[in-house]
Amino acid sequence: MAFRQKHLLGIEPLHPDEITALLDVADRYVDLSRQPNKHSDALKGLTQINMFFENSTRTQSSFELAGKRLGADVMNMAMQASSIKKGETLIDTALTLNAMHPDLLVVRHPHSGAVDLLAQKVNCAVLNAGDGRHEHPTQALLDALTIRRAKGRLHRLNIAICGDIAHSRVARSNLMLLGKMENRVRLVGPPTLVPQQFREFGCEIYDDMAEGLKDVDVVMMLRLQKERMDGGFIPSEREYFYRYGLDADKLAHAKPDAIVMHPGPMNRGVEIDGTIADDINRSVIQEQVEMGVAVRMAAMDLLARNLRTDREANKGVMV
Amino acid sequence: MTIFTNARLIDPEAQSDEIGWLRLDGDVIAERGTGTPPEGTQIDCGGKCLAPGIVDLGVKVSEPGERHKESFASAGRAAAAGGVTTMITRPDTQSAIDTPEVLEFVQRRAATDAAVKVKHMSALTKGRDGREMVEIGFLLDAGAVAFTDCDHVVSDTKVLQRALTYAKSCGALVIGHPQDPGLSKGAAATSGKFAALRGLPSVSPMAERMGLDRDLALIEMTGVSYHFDQITTARALPALERAKQNGFDVTAGVSIHHLTLNELDLGNYRTFFKVKPPLRSEDDRLAMVDAVASGLIDVISSMHTPQDEESKRLPFEEAASGAVALETLLPAALRLYHAGQLSLPQLFRAMALNPAKRLGLDSGRLAEGAPADLVLFDPDAPLILDRFTLRSKSKNTPFDGARMQGKVLGTWVDGQQVFES
Repeated sequence: MAFRQKHLLGIEPLHPDEITALLDVADRYVDLSRQPNKHSDALKGLTQINMFFENSTRTQSSFELAGKRLGADVMNMAMQASSIKKGETLIDTALTLNAMHPDLLVVRHPHSGAVDLLAQKVNCAVLNAGDGRHEHPTQALLDALTIRRAKGRLHRLNIAICGDIAHSRVARSNLMLLGKMENRVRLVGPPTLVPQQFREFGCEIYDDMAEGLKDVDVVMMLRLQKERMDGGFIPSEREYFYRYGLDADKLAHAKPDAIVMHPGPMNRGVEIDGTIADDINRSVIQEQVEMGVAVRMAAMDLLARNLRTDREANKGVMV
Repeated sequence: MTIFTNARLIDPEAQSDEIGWLRLDGDVIAERGTGTPPEGTQIDCGGKCLAPGIVDLGVKVSEPGERHKESFASAGRAAAAGGVTTMITRPDTQSAIDTPEVLEFVQRRAATDAAVKVKHMSALTKGRDGREMVEIGFLLDAGAVAFTDCDHVVSDTKVLQRALTYAKSCGALVIGHPQDPGLSKGAAATSGKFAALRGLPSVSPMAERMGLDRDLALIEMTGVSYHFDQITTARALPALERAKQNGFDVTAGVSIHHLTLNELDLGNYRTFFKVKPPLRSEDDRLAMVDAVASGLIDVISSMHTPQDEESKRLPFEEAASGAVALETLLPAALRLYHAGQLSLPQLFRAMALNPAKRLGLDSGRLAEGAPADLVLFDPDAPLILDRFTLRSKSKNTPFDGARMQGKVLGTWVDGQQVFES
């Protein structure tokens, strides 16, 4: 089945076959990115605008690099510093941008649902680069690609997502994606940071790392999102590290060939021990970054194809 | 000497629903019967329903301060078209209605502009900021029918206890919003599977019971007359029931939205469904319908809250709360009738009789001597709601595009017709 989406707003609307199709394309872009000449013309002539209403270094540069490798004209807008501060609403900002005829709009926003809202008001492909606590689809896709390449498959794996689930859009997207691909997902963390409602999505919930990591194939650590907390979720960072930080002792409960992932940026000594993060036999954290560029190239390529087909079909009609 | 003939008379006092006639004498109901109607100017109702006009407890008219959202004139037109003959307005305006002077201003505006009767509530604390009680005595004398800080919960229990004690001595009715302010801070949805999926900041339904329990303790302490504006969760009901059994002067209401919609209606972040408290689970909704049927919940109100497009066209968390409902209250309530969950007399007990009784008004009845505030409606007429046909200045209804049944054919206030479809 082909990739049929007009936007990439989340994992929720994707069919498992679409996920597989996207990852297959991404695999090819991994190869391209390892060539001396990393260029392709897939997005030639198209304009990509990155709108980040929230700070980001790695996601934004990953999208920027992906666009440039595919030949798009890429523009970055640091929205925190711009008109939002002057009182312009999100919709007005969207309409202003729309008048510049972008083809791909990459958006990050601190509020859940904001990217959906924006997508309703523009006539180009919108990619969600993270909205509040809702979704971060390209992160889940790059994690999936990393797992698929490391484990040789993306189904029937035991995967533990550990740490600050409550504030994490990465966790939600991963949960959805890994569930769609028929894996067993466990959520591990202190109960104040793991909403019990996720049990209803078919996850197992643990508040003990040793139990939660027992025999898993993949350990996915999440960053403690101190900036989203309004106080009092954990007593202290040192107690958190002692009970939930990933170190060699805790990792010993997982399968011997289990891989360790982290979406970054890491808080070393808070949720992950530095030596684990740097262990090239276990940690795939650097691969995740590489896969990030490839997955974003694939996502933009596929959306651009659909956009071109759509525009061809509506030729002469302003869409 | 107007006589309504061939009418299906909905009497919430007698809980009866039968064909008959009703004769007016000037501005009051003179007599009614079931046989041959007396001579006089006759209005043939064609077997449609004639009920006491709705007394809507908790309408926000955005005067003073935000007249672009709703004025007394536009709210009055909407009310008349919705069969609402008395609006009880909320004081959560900009600025709050918290002095006799501001109260007199809105009374004057309402008297000149509104097509229906308007009674006003006052804030309980100055500026609704929970620090100092308003001049309850002066405001009562000036005509305030109740005292409420609306959705601002007075978090300082000492301030609240004093205000309730003082209100009790004046014989004033206080209306509270049962919600624990700490737990509900920043919440945009009810916690549960759906809010978790959508990544929305959410509040446990338990926060309502906590607010209710606290207020009930203060009611026991002070003996004040108290009404809970909105009870929306099943877990709050046992405590409410106990308080009533123990003889406290307590009543409770629920908004029409919590009776007819649930959290899943938020769908893909539809901000017109953002209300306060947030929409609940389907189990909670059904429990509220049962509680209205049994009389445990006394009042159904529209919680009419106009918001302009700008305050709704925002990311869900940032969008303003509230929905307009004066014109959709009756057709939405009739969904419960058509679903076989509530009878028409039960509905009008909660929408007319009980709120009137609670505020000491003599309307809400079809009895002899009662004011001739009436609504004539066809409960079966189908319609598809188009929000741009609403008479309110603001069009923020969650029922846009909804298939509904129930059409108001005419509305009378003190015997004068104020609306005809």
